[in-house]
Order: sequence, then structure tokens, then C-alpha cells
Amino acid sequence: MSTTELELPAATQMKKICTLTEIPRLGARVVKTAAHGNIAVFRNADDEVFALEDKCPHKGGPLSQGIVYGKRVACPLHNWNIELKDGCAVAPDQGCVRSFAVQVQDGTVYLDI
Amino acid sequence: MKKMKLVMVGNGMAGVRALEELLKISPDLYEITVFGAEPHANYNRILLSPVLAGEMTIKEIMLNDVDWYEANGIRLHLNKKVVKIDRVRREVVAEDGTVESYDRLLLATGSNPFILPVPGKDLPGVISYRDIADTDAMIEAAKTHKHAIVIGGGLLGLEAANGLKLRGMEVTVVHIMPWLMERQLDRVAAGMLQKSLEDKGLKFALEKHTAELVAGPDGRVAAIKFKDGSELPADLVVMAVGIRPNTALAESAGIYVNRGIVVNDTMQTYDPKIYAVGECVAHRGIAYGLVAPLFEMAKVCANHLAHMGIGLYKGSVTSTKLKVTGVDLFSAGNFTGGPDTEEITLNDPVGGVYKKLVLQDNKIIGGVMYGDTADGSWYFQLLKDKQDVHDIRDHLMFGQNHLGNVGHQGQNKAAQMADTAEVCGCNGVCKGVIVKAIKEKGLFSLEDVRKHTKASSSCGSCTGLVEQLLASTVGGAYQPADTAAKPMCGCTDHTHEEVRAAIRANKLLDHEATYGFLEWRTPNGCASCRPAINYYMLSTWPHEAVDDSQSRFINERAHANIQKDGTYSVVPRMWGGITNSHELRKIADVVDKYKIPTVKVTGGQRIDLLGVKKEDLPGVWKDLDMPSGHAYGKSLRTVKTCVGSEWCRFGTQDSTRMGIELEHDLFGMWSPHKVKLAVSGCPRNCAESGIKDVGVIGVDSGWEIYVGGNGGIRTEVAQFLVKVATHEEVLEYSGAFLQLYREEARYLDRTIHWLSRVGLDYVKKHVVEDAENRKALYARLKFAVKDYADPWRERAAGKVAKQDFEMLSA
Repeated sequence: MSTTELELPAATQMKKICTLTEIPRLGARVVKTAAHGNIAVFRNADDEVFALEDKCPHKGGPLSQGIVYGKRVACPLHNWNIELKDGCAVAPDQGCVRSFAVQVQDGTVYLDI
Repeated sequence: MKKMKLVMVGNGMAGVRALEELLKISPDLYEITVFGAEPHANYNRILLSPVLAGEMTIKEIMLNDVDWYEANGIRLHLNKKVVKIDRVRREVVAEDGTVESYDRLLLATGSNPFILPVPGKDLPGVISYRDIADTDAMIEAAKTHKHAIVIGGGLLGLEAANGLKLRGMEVTVVHIMPWLMERQLDRVAAGMLQKSLEDKGLKFALEKHTAELVAGPDGRVAAIKFKDGSELPADLVVMAVGIRPNTALAESAGIYVNRGIVVNDTMQTYDPKIYAVGECVAHRGIAYGLVAPLFEMAKVCANHLAHMGIGLYKGSVTSTKLKVTGVDLFSAGNFTGGPDTEEITLNDPVGGVYKKLVLQDNKIIGGVMYGDTADGSWYFQLLKDKQDVHDIRDHLMFGQNHLGNVGHQGQNKAAQMADTAEVCGCNGVCKGVIVKAIKEKGLFSLEDVRKHTKASSSCGSCTGLVEQLLASTVGGAYQPADTAAKPMCGCTDHTHEEVRAAIRANKLLDHEATYGFLEWRTPNGCASCRPAINYYMLSTWPHEAVDDSQSRFINERAHANIQKDGTYSVVPRMWGGITNSHELRKIADVVDKYKIPTVKVTGGQRIDLLGVKKEDLPGVWKDLDMPSGHAYGKSLRTVKTCVGSEWCRFGTQDSTRMGIELEHDLFGMWSPHKVKLAVSGCPRNCAESGIKDVGVIGVDSGWEIYVGGNGGIRTEVAQFLVKVATHEEVLEYSGAFLQLYREEARYLDRTIHWLSRVGLDYVKKHVVEDAENRKALYARLKFAVKDYADPWRERAAGKVAKQDFEMLSA
């Protein structure tokens, strides 16, 4: 999970998105939202789940379409590497996208929006 | 837990780089203490020459200032020379009595200038040229004295001489050899260099043996006497006759020293708690003095200090690309030659350009370049790869860039470019920006420049220019990267070839098995190695290896090309560029139905539908009901054709039918990079077969097959492989060539990149001369593409990866 349990609101107050298995391992799904635009929800090899605004800080590329490795994603447009945890570019590139709290409970993915 | 103590003796470039690498991978492991004999923090020693010449200040050449040490929690003892290592108590003792204990000790004591053992060597006014203090002494002397003698006609000596001349002194360079820089240059290049320096007012005394330095009435040096009895006035003498590894401290502690402090491939000395890096080290009998090998050592050392236990330093093949007082020089390998060697030379004394390549058995074994060094790294690459240059011999001398490089106005001399001139046309990076980044961020390698400025990181055609900028900005330290033995990426130390061999030998069929077997550093690779591994497994074990779509770039995962706004483009296959009213009507209907904004005819004779939303892709494919054009893949792209004998009054062969047959034959072929073919029906070559990976040209008596052409970043003309008689032979020879490429090229090599490494003769041997091997190659290709299911049809039917195209809502 992207942040510690303490900071998270109870899962019941978060929005139910999909089941964990509906996100491909080392991949992502896009969640369409009215308030925040598209949000990319990633799942890594250890079944950790992360959520970022689907917009690379560089030129706005859809991060959801990138290659996920470790705890990072490589943007499909110009290969910037973005930390899944906080949405910030790996140095020497600079810039961050917004990250969202996300949680898995009993195999269901909840997003804090 | 209490931190371990790491003490470093020596505060120079190699040692501090090791600390930087260590902090990067394991920032909290050690409590670090550094002893430096000089009163300064870490500076770029190579840039002392510009300081002496008055072009830069000390401040500008600092790499890590005192704040850096503080910010990283490193205790820094400046101006304290360590005089003793107590290996039993694990302590070091400095001259002033400071004692620090260690769990690990890192020796980075560098080197000392060699002082000629002649009478008068200790007189006031006699100095060496090694650090900031020496530089300051020279600057001071230049203010009050007139006659400078520099002993030593190597790089350092010449730079000292140039600096002193610029500071207003009369300078004579004394050299024992018949020509300057004899370890880097041959007689001709050295002569040109000497002439250009003489034009600047420097004087030279060659083949002179120094006998004695003579004191004047004030006790300061006043003259230099030679063994032949002659004499020159001298009130400043700079000795620049070489350096010796500084091993005194190690020796006094009983650590094994032979030339330098002897280390193994993990940079460990004979005392396992003590490591050593830099110029003080002897690795496999060699002491290095160039920055690039020292930085490689630093990286390996940091890795072991961090208990990672991987990474070996196996020595470096060095070449030098240097700039002596504004003149570009390059030298590598054996440039003098011998009885079994040949030489190719280009000599233009008026234009100030000289190039010599030394060849043996059709391979480059060394070379010297003066004035124009743009192609130095290319020659060095050919040298290290031991590549057969027989085929390119006639234009070897004109360099790699003589033809077709686009994106920087055909410039090939970085020095002559204005600061505002664009070097990297892909990312819009100007010369000034690159130079500034190199200076301010302390960059030393091409990789660094790519990361920080993006220059040369996209198409790579400006790499030669960026390398020149590095060479001229960081001084004599720059060394072209060693790509032959380059690891695939940061996740591993294995090369592409080693990974491939392991996948074959051990039948590795999925990513997990490969990463495990090859001890990958990362749990699931990175965006650069994953697609490569996926391809290597698929091409080595077709129908058995697991094709992991998450390890493919988005285009191959979505079977469409991602565009800058996140939409996709769809290019249906039109076999051989032939279409009909039915297909065109379907395309028109799809464009209307899905409101596709742009429809474009491609260079490969098909139609591109641009701006398709991802979620519409399966519907578009279903309605089109045409096969995938694979315009998005490292795979077969198009087979371009002319109309050929069916319609054309000049046509000799049915090129359209041949093209369609080839396209069907290769459908479903994944490859290291994209593959484009063309078939022309006569030598007028309207399908442009001369710039295709495989280009076929019909002549009256059959078909000529050309390979390795490319119309992209660099125009490459395809090379003639063979002439055959029948359609079946065209299929077999083309397929066999492509299969050899599929099996041997590195991922992301186009055919020309691979072909220029192995040589056309190699390909001919395997594909043309050896019929049995050709048939076997072709059979393996046919096996690989057997039963390939059209990916669009599968997805349109909702059989595969439906969720890849659907969005979720909240």
C-alpha cells in the first residue's frame, strides 16, 4: 500500500474500484473520475497497489501505459522513470504528479477520491 | 545498530567518486571519515591546466565542496596527512596526531610526480605540476620571473608550458625523446602539434638530457645544464616527467605493493579490510592514470563496501581523446605498427588534419588522429570489437559520419560550433547547455550527459559531437565508453550476448527463471532490460517461452502506436501495398463511425488512422476486419513494392507478387528491431530497395538481394548479398538472413548495426555459401512464425486481454 495504514481513511469511506486480479500484475488500469481526471492504479510484482494521476510530469504521457518494474513506472512517451509511491520523477529528471491513497481489502481495491 | 566505520585516506577524484557511489546504494551503512593532505575539498585535477591558463578559477573546478561532506554526514580532515596505518588495532594516524579507527579502510592516495634525480632538484624555483599548490606557485612565479623551463613533453608538460606562456613567460619545453607525446602520437602528428605550439610562441629543446639545475647568486634556480654541455636560462623549472603511484603509506603498513598497491578484481588489497582505488592501485599489473578506469574501479569498490558482493573490475582498454591547448588529438592501441601491419593515412598539413589507422589482418589495431577527432570513438569501437573492416576499407578514412547523418546541419566539429548551435536535434539541446552541465554538475561520461541534458539520448546521431564536447570540456580525462563489454543495463553486469547464451544453454523460458538464474539485481528488471529479455526468450524458444505482455513496450502490448496525446494509431496490413474498393470502403466507414481525426498515407504504402481512443481499438479492428500491419512492433513492418511487370512498361519481374509472397512468409516475425523490406521490378528501383533491411531488385535473369539498408537517422545503402533465380530462392535467402539477424543481433539493433559488427563476409558465409545452414536457418524462421494468430482478430473477438482496453470508473 502506498502509505501507512494509520494515514488511511477506513476502506469503507473510500471508493471501490475493482478486484486486485482485474489489474494485471506489473501493469495498471485507468480509473475515470469526474473530479481528478484519469487516475492510473498500478499493481507491482508483490501485489502492492499504487495510484497516480495518469499524467507524466514531463509531457503529460499516460503513465498507466508504461512498463512497471520494482516500485517504478517508465513513461511510455519519453521513458521518464516515476516513483509509484509519491509520483516523483527519478533524478536527474524533476517533477511530480499527484498520488492518491489506495488500499486492498479482501481482494478489493479501494481508492481515496 | 551501530554503524560500521569507513575511513578513506586521500581526498581525490577516484576516492570521492567511490564514496558517492556508496552513498547512492547504501547511504546509512557507514560512518565515514575522510583524510585529505591538501587544504581543499575534492576538485577536478584535470582542470588545473585551464586554471593555470587563467581560463577557469579554483572555485569552478571544485567537484564536491565542504558543504557536500557535511550534508552527507562525512567527517572531513583537511590538511592532514596520514602517516601510519595500524592494521592490528585498525587505526590510522595523521601527522598531527589525529587518530581514527576503522572497520573498513579505503586507500585512495593517488600518485606523486616523478622528480628527476639530478643535482639542484631541490632548489627554490623547481616544482612539479600536480595540485593546486603547484599551480599557485607557477602563477606567482610568472608574475616576477621570465624564463620558464618545462621538463617533459607529455600532455601535462605541454599544458603547463601553454599556461605559463599565457601568463607572460618565455617557455622552453625540454624533452628527452625525438618528438612530443611519444606515448600517444606518432612522429607526423607530433610534428604538427609542435608546429602549432611554436606558432603560439613556445620553444622546444628535443632529445636533451638534463644534467643539472644550477643555482643563481640568490640561491634560486637560474639555469638548466644538459649532458651535451649546452645550457639555458631558467628561473622556474617545472618537472612534468611522469607520475608514480603513491604507495608509501601502504608499504609502511606491510600491504603488498608491486608498482602500485596490488588489488584483486573487487578492489581489495591483501588485507581484506582494506580496499584501494585510483592511481595508487596496480590491478592485474597495470596502474591507470585516466579518469574513466578510475571511476569504474570506484563503482566496483562501492558495490563491495555496500556488501552487495557483485561487480568485478576486469581492467580497461584505454584510448585517449585529448585536447592540448586547443588542438584535438586522439590515439588508441598500437599506432606505430610493425612488420605485419598496414597503414592508411590522411595527411593535410595545411588544413591541420592528420589521421592514421594501423591495420592487421583487416582489423584496426591502433590509430592516431590530429585536428579532426570526430570519428575517434568509432575507430576505437571497431578496434575493441576486433571487427573486420575489409568491406568498408575504401571509405574508412572518411569516418562514420561522412554520409547521411541528419539533425545537426552536418556539423562534425564541435569546437567550431557556436554556444547557441543545436547539437541534439531530437531534444533541442544546444552546445552551451551541454558544456554548462558538464562543468557545473561534474559530468564525465556520455551516459551522465545523456541523463542530465537528454542530448544524444534519443536517436544518438549527435553522439560523436557530445563526445567531442566532453573531451574538450573535461580535458584529457575523457574516455569513450566501452560498449563491447557493456552490461545490458543497471540491473546486471552481463552483456546482451551473455544473457542470450544463458537463455539458450539453460532453456530459460520465463522472466522469473532468467532473472533468478542470472542473479539480476532487481526483482523484475527495468523498462530497458525486460523487453530485451522477452525478445531473447521468444526468439530462442519459440512456442515454448512465455510471452509476457507486461514486459513489452505499450505499442506491442496494445497492438497500436501510442501518440503524444495518449491516443493510438491503427495501420491495417495491405499486402504488398495492394488494396481494393472493399477495403477502402471499410476504412472509410470506420473513420466515420469512430470519428477518427486524421487519415494519412504512410511511407510503407498503407493507410494510417490516427487519434483512435484506446477503448475503441477492439471495435475498430473488428469493423476493419483486416490483419494487423504491425506498424507498432519490433517486427516485420512493410514490404514496399513497385507495380512491376504486370503493368510497368519497364518491369522485368512481377515485384508486387514477390512482395506479397515475402510479406506472407514473414508475417508474425518478431525481431530485435523493426524490419522493412522492398521489392522493385527493375533496376530503376522505384520501391527504394537500396535503403531497406532486405531489398530485392528484379532483373531480367532473376532477383538481386541487398541487405542492411536503412533510410532513418543515418542513411545506409544496402549491401549486395546474392543474386538468385526464383521466387522460392528469394524467400529462402531473405528468410535465412533475417533469422541469422534474429538469433544474433542485440535487442534494438537494426540489421545495419549488427551487420556492421559481424561484416558482410560473415553473413555470406552462413547464408550464401553454406546451403545446409541456410536451409536450417530458414526452417527455424518458418517454425517460429508457424500458426501465428493475427493479434487484432484475436482481440476483436474478445478472446485476449479484454481488460487491457477497458477503463474503470469511480
